[in-house]
Amino acid sequence: MSKEKIIYGVYGDDDVILDAVKAIREKGHHIDEVYTPFPIHGLDTAMGLKYSRIAICSFIYGCIGASCALFMFWYIMIHDWPMNIGGKPSFTLNENLPAFIPVTFEMTVFFGAHLMVITFLIRCGLYPGSSSKSPDPRTTDDKFLMEIHTNGDAKKIKEIKDLMKKTGAEEIKEKE
Amino acid sequence: MKHEASIREPLIIGNKSLHDISEDIAKPIETSANKWWWSLFILSVITMLWGFGCIFYTIGTGIGVWGLNNTVGWAWDITNFVWWVGIGHAGTLISAVLLLFRQKWRLSINRSSEAMTIFAVIQAAIFPGIHMGRIWVAYFVFPLPNQFGSLWVNFNSPLLWDVFAISTYFTVSLVFWYMGLIPDFAMIRDRAVKPVFKKAKNFKEKISNFFKEQTSSYNIYSILSFGWSGRAKHWQRHEVMSLVLAGLATPLVLSVHSIVSMDFATSVIPGWHTTIFPPYFVAGAIFSGFAMVQTLLLVMRKVVNMESYITMQHIEMMNIIIMVTGSIVGIAYITELFIAWYSGVEYEQYAFLNRATGPYWWAYWAMMTCNVVSPQLMWFKKLRTSIVFTFILSIFVNIGMWFERFVIIVTSLHRDFLPSSWSMFSPTFVDIGIFIGTMGFFMVLFLLYSRTFPVIAQAELKTILKSSGDNYKKG
Repeated sequence: MSKEKIIYGVYGDDDVILDAVKAIREKGHHIDEVYTPFPIHGLDTAMGLKYSRIAICSFIYGCIGASCALFMFWYIMIHDWPMNIGGKPSFTLNENLPAFIPVTFEMTVFFGAHLMVITFLIRCGLYPGSSSKSPDPRTTDDKFLMEIHTNGDAKKIKEIKDLMKKTGAEEIKEKE
Repeated sequence: MKHEASIREPLIIGNKSLHDISEDIAKPIETSANKWWWSLFILSVITMLWGFGCIFYTIGTGIGVWGLNNTVGWAWDITNFVWWVGIGHAGTLISAVLLLFRQKWRLSINRSSEAMTIFAVIQAAIFPGIHMGRIWVAYFVFPLPNQFGSLWVNFNSPLLWDVFAISTYFTVSLVFWYMGLIPDFAMIRDRAVKPVFKKAKNFKEKISNFFKEQTSSYNIYSILSFGWSGRAKHWQRHEVMSLVLAGLATPLVLSVHSIVSMDFATSVIPGWHTTIFPPYFVAGAIFSGFAMVQTLLLVMRKVVNMESYITMQHIEMMNIIIMVTGSIVGIAYITELFIAWYSGVEYEQYAFLNRATGPYWWAYWAMMTCNVVSPQLMWFKKLRTSIVFTFILSIFVNIGMWFERFVIIVTSLHRDFLPSSWSMFSPTFVDIGIFIGTMGFFMVLFLLYSRTFPVIAQAELKTILKSSGDNYKKG
């Protein structure tokens, strides 16, 4: 079996690469990665990427935050040391709930936002000290790069290269 | 590609390409500062140090060095706190609320106004901290298990709600800002040249090469960018995350100043005990926040050559928001007066009569002029599209909003129910020094930011180049 080869196609315009992704996928090729300097709307569906579930994570984290807050109020204000402040005693969580709403809200937002960001960083493998995986540094400036992995089949490589050229790639590179 | 109506003014002027945007935004970082920047920076550092000196004096001696007395227990400290928190409202409003409303003009100004938000909240947090007197026990405000029996914080108190609101607001704004910065730091990193050193001959050279490499701009921006490479999946997650963060931050913006206002509204002091406070404070906060954004950006766009991105249209839009929120504030002032009269409560009536005609009348009328009258001038297109007028007005609004907080706090306290304890407040040099010092601290942070951070969210801005760029719009 021949060696695996990676083909890079560099494009100069977001609309061109979006059309190119659609055209190349129509021909039955799998696009492994696209590096862009800014988000292109519709690129994820064109590439066949699944919908991100990060918003669902945030909802769950928010629920955890609200529960933690309520547990904290119950433990601190009702169970551990009920205080009578200004003639307003703390008997049950239910009765005191109106006073707890602001902090419950803040805790929900706090958990929802921070844990979502941490999830995002972990899932994307982003952390201080991590290095860029982009094969071309111009992809954070004004170039758009498409990456296709092949099993080294010469016919397939030629087909992909021709397709890239036809769809408007400015440069085509090959790497083993 | 999305098309935009041709009657809309372009948001990026001067025939820019994608590469030009990167160039323009990286320029202030890659060039050295001019003498204007240095002189402003040195001035800010001096005022900051003066403020720090006053803070150390306060902590070392006690808050007796301020002008507070038994009657007026809150004055400049809480005024400054509320003023700075209020200023810290525009940034997240621009980046979160305007994102949900799909306002494209937010893109050139969101980064700097969010930076302003974070720096302003840092200033705000100083005041309650030092007002405690014993700042080394400031951690008592958090519900931490401790060795003093079961001494917990009181969750029925608005002051504690404030602790949670401000800390959540600060940290969420910070991560929202930083997540937007990651792709832009990556752009700066990819422009920087990776340092190449001669092979070290001895240990000393090896050490020196190591330090040079660690402090090279490539390395610093590489760390700051978290290894961002702009993959399609990462962008997809980034977009969803930004939207959810905006959704979370929007009610958060509104909650923070509502809770700040409850510090006053839940007490029984005449002039404070009003249900209108939360919306009234939120409108005032946005009003003063936008004024501060104008003050800073009008200077910044000139100094770092961002006139192509922060255009007259952006300035006009912000002026319209100032006008609308200023009008809401005006209505709130008048409603307060009406309700004081209509309530039939003599203490409430006297509090408002005292504000307008008592010994602090000058503060009240300064507030009325700056906050109610002056924003109405923005109805004239000629005035709201004038840079000089906008700048002067933004300063007036900042002054007016400071006086608003001073009027609310001091005039309500200095004459309450018992005439025998009526008193007056006058600030000492320490009060003034700390306030001026926080302005210096704020400017130090902002000036450092303007030279080391990408001041415009370039990755996001590039998405609207084709729909709102000058050259693309002309066809």
